[in-house]
Amino acid sequence: MSDELLAVADRVVAMARPGEQVEAVVVRGTDTEIKVYGGEVESLSSAQAQGVGIRVVIDGRQGFAYAGSLDESVIAETLADARDNAGFATFDEFAGLAEPDGVAAPMIELYRSALETFSPEAKVALAIEMERAVLAADPRISGIESAEYMDSISESAVVTTTGIRSAGRESNCYVATYAMASDGDDTQTGFGFSVGREPSQLDPERAAAEAAQRATRMLGAVQPSSGRLTVVLDPWVTAQFLGLIGYTLNGDAVLKGRSLFADRMGEVVASPLLTLVDDPTDTRAFTATDADGEGLAARRNLLIENGVLRKFVHNAQSARRAGTVSTGNAVRGFKSTPDVGCLAVSLLPGTSDPAALLAGITDGVLVQEVSGLHSGVNPVSGDFSTGAEGIRIRNGELAEPVREFTIASTLQKMLRDVQAVGSDLQFLPMSSAGVTLVVDDLTISGS
Amino acid sequence: MIDASVLERVLGSALRTGGEFAEVFAEDRRSSSALLDDGRVEELTSGRDRGAGIRVVVGDTTGFAHTADLSEAGLLAAAEAAAAAARGGGGGVRTIALTRQQASRGYEIEIAPVEVPKARKVELLTRADEIARSTDGAISQVSVNYGDSLRRILVANSDGLFAEDETVRTFFAVSCVATGDSGMQTGRESIGHTIGFELFDRYDIDELARRAAGRAITKLAARPAPSGQMPVVIGSGGGGVLFHEACGHGLEADLVSKGASVFGGRVGQQVASKGVTVVDDGTMSREWGNIAIDDEGNRAQRNVLIEEGILTDYMWDQLRARKEGRASSGNGRRQSYQHLPMVRMTNTYLLAGTEEPEAIIASTEKGVYVKHLGGGQVNTATGDFVFGMTEAYLIENGEVTEPLREGNLIGNGPEVLQRIDALGNDFAMGPPGTCGKDGQGVPVGDGVPTLRVSSLTIGGTAA
Repeated sequence: MSDELLAVADRVVAMARPGEQVEAVVVRGTDTEIKVYGGEVESLSSAQAQGVGIRVVIDGRQGFAYAGSLDESVIAETLADARDNAGFATFDEFAGLAEPDGVAAPMIELYRSALETFSPEAKVALAIEMERAVLAADPRISGIESAEYMDSISESAVVTTTGIRSAGRESNCYVATYAMASDGDDTQTGFGFSVGREPSQLDPERAAAEAAQRATRMLGAVQPSSGRLTVVLDPWVTAQFLGLIGYTLNGDAVLKGRSLFADRMGEVVASPLLTLVDDPTDTRAFTATDADGEGLAARRNLLIENGVLRKFVHNAQSARRAGTVSTGNAVRGFKSTPDVGCLAVSLLPGTSDPAALLAGITDGVLVQEVSGLHSGVNPVSGDFSTGAEGIRIRNGELAEPVREFTIASTLQKMLRDVQAVGSDLQFLPMSSAGVTLVVDDLTISGS
Repeated sequence: MIDASVLERVLGSALRTGGEFAEVFAEDRRSSSALLDDGRVEELTSGRDRGAGIRVVVGDTTGFAHTADLSEAGLLAAAEAAAAAARGGGGGVRTIALTRQQASRGYEIEIAPVEVPKARKVELLTRADEIARSTDGAISQVSVNYGDSLRRILVANSDGLFAEDETVRTFFAVSCVATGDSGMQTGRESIGHTIGFELFDRYDIDELARRAAGRAITKLAARPAPSGQMPVVIGSGGGGVLFHEACGHGLEADLVSKGASVFGGRVGQQVASKGVTVVDDGTMSREWGNIAIDDEGNRAQRNVLIEEGILTDYMWDQLRARKEGRASSGNGRRQSYQHLPMVRMTNTYLLAGTEEPEAIIASTEKGVYVKHLGGGQVNTATGDFVFGMTEAYLIENGEVTEPLREGNLIGNGPEVLQRIDALGNDFAMGPPGTCGKDGQGVPVGDGVPTLRVSSLTIGGTAA
């Protein structure tokens, strides 16, 4: 297992010349991806991939190179490339690798051997069972856009000349499906999924029911009229927004003048109902980890507490520049140098369930899907506008479905306008968790 | 990369358990990139990816495996894994004889980026940084990216096809932040072509940097975009992503065959305004989506998708085409050897009309002029799509007036295509794009003349 990867990384680091800092990140992953259609396997991919990323810092200059191979000769070339690249970087007094900070890695188990012994046939059966359940869920279900099972076992090791030596292994799997519902010419889609660390934790029935419900309840959707409304964000949608909020609390963006919260430390930036944490040590999180991308211990960081801005996240280099210490938030794959980012953000859940929250709204809209987050949200200015679909809420009850509209505001205003946080915390196949969120006064643009 | 005799043995082995079709896709990709941010050249990166993906098709099932080991033993192991994944029933020995095919892209790479000294690449970064910062005192941050890649591919399949290609791409982008009383705004400009370092003979980096800075500065004075529906004029070259989303994805045969496209079953029908002709063209010389062969070894083609408003054909990959008993349209592409190919666009564009662009704006009483679009997203089953506007202005009484803040526009593909009521004579290709589908990104190009959509929903916050 990871000892092998550590040994590869050790060999790279042993090649460091005097005066050089060298970091080797070695990864190996085994993935299975199964798509089914019409009760048959449409495709089954199974493969192992590996790679190495090498960072060299010489006299305040950093260079990097990677290769999708652990072959000794390739590694030697990669190190030479990284070394050569370092000569072209600008001198930076803060450049340098992470150093051991004495924080112990959390003792968490993210690997389940059961995933390795689970047969391909059984994996196929899970996906087919889910597809069948979607098709049987409702007579208006007209087809499946996709039904898939995915799993991965990934191992990684980070070793540096500065004394970092860290390795880890984790397993993940999920089933996901897009269902289509039709009524006459009208077709709508809905998404459902279930995640786990081993297949026994997956619930294909629930994924199927969710996808079918989300698709069928959109049938007959019309474009709503424009106006300002209270918006209820479904956990899936909230999670996508949290990912963007996470960017604004990135210490590198703060230092480089790209964060709208740069000068707001200690100030009220959100509704007092909001407490945001980045906690990769919570094993329920899909992206939980015991170490960050530089091999420092992952840790729980409180970012916004009851609406007050408490912390920006850092990797070793951004921390040095900011005159602070790394928060264990180096984010990377083997193909890049460590960036700074949140690893597993979530809101502390509130006390009311979604039904209770809906019951209190006279005129609003439940948003179940957003689109164009990459094109309509500017995390630097805070302006956002995304495509949306969902269900109107009238007098505390779900009313007609609506589509082809946008919701818009600024991230700053949206955080202050939060009226309630639901109790329904959900861990999703992404680096942020979801929870129902009630936001006042968003602009709906429609007919 | 790999001997024909080795490939023949590997393909034969892949079919030993009864597969009907087998394919080896090998790739060797070298890339280099450089990043300047916050006034410093932060790092240069060199990358190397090499490996092969093998697929075996049995009935409607595809088995796939990939390996970084291009030795015969490595390839045979992957072939066995792919065959096992496809779980064919019968056995037998099939002999494969490969015929090498020549494919040419009709032009030469003039300056191989790998031959260019790294110091020269770094110079470009610092130059663009300097120019962007000197454009205006309000420019508070600049980042500059340079990237080049050399991708060699080899495709061999059990039909006897054996094709190879080598693709060079070069890319450059400048991103600026401007800070003013209203907060921060951003501006970005990028160039990218399927050519070498001669990219920088064709473009003026200073001009590019000034435009990126100008875009951020302009938006400092921007007012919130309106909400509700109004006419939208899209600028030449800036907005091809509209067609990529409004109809491009919906014309991909894999989605159509699953009933997941609103354009399914509509070939021969009027799906767009009379003057609208949409083309997907992998052969377009030097453009970002240019390919000589696709990632299934089929020659790139110019495919007319919509002609004078009438839907003429979908885009096809090998598997879908095989099923329908027709030829692939050269649209089978994949992100890397670790991925299965799918139906993908190349360069997608709308042919020019005859109107003067100024006249299109002048005849618009009240609306939005989108000079530059960002990315977009579509749900092909419903046809609903969004796209971002990164530089936009109000049109009042036939004139372009105040700049608008960023936001998305939303529409429904089949409806929007019918609402195109003006087409300019000023066609231009837009900046390089990366199209994402099912987790795979591939380089694509797009282009449009100035055009008007009589009504689109603007996702702003103003009344």
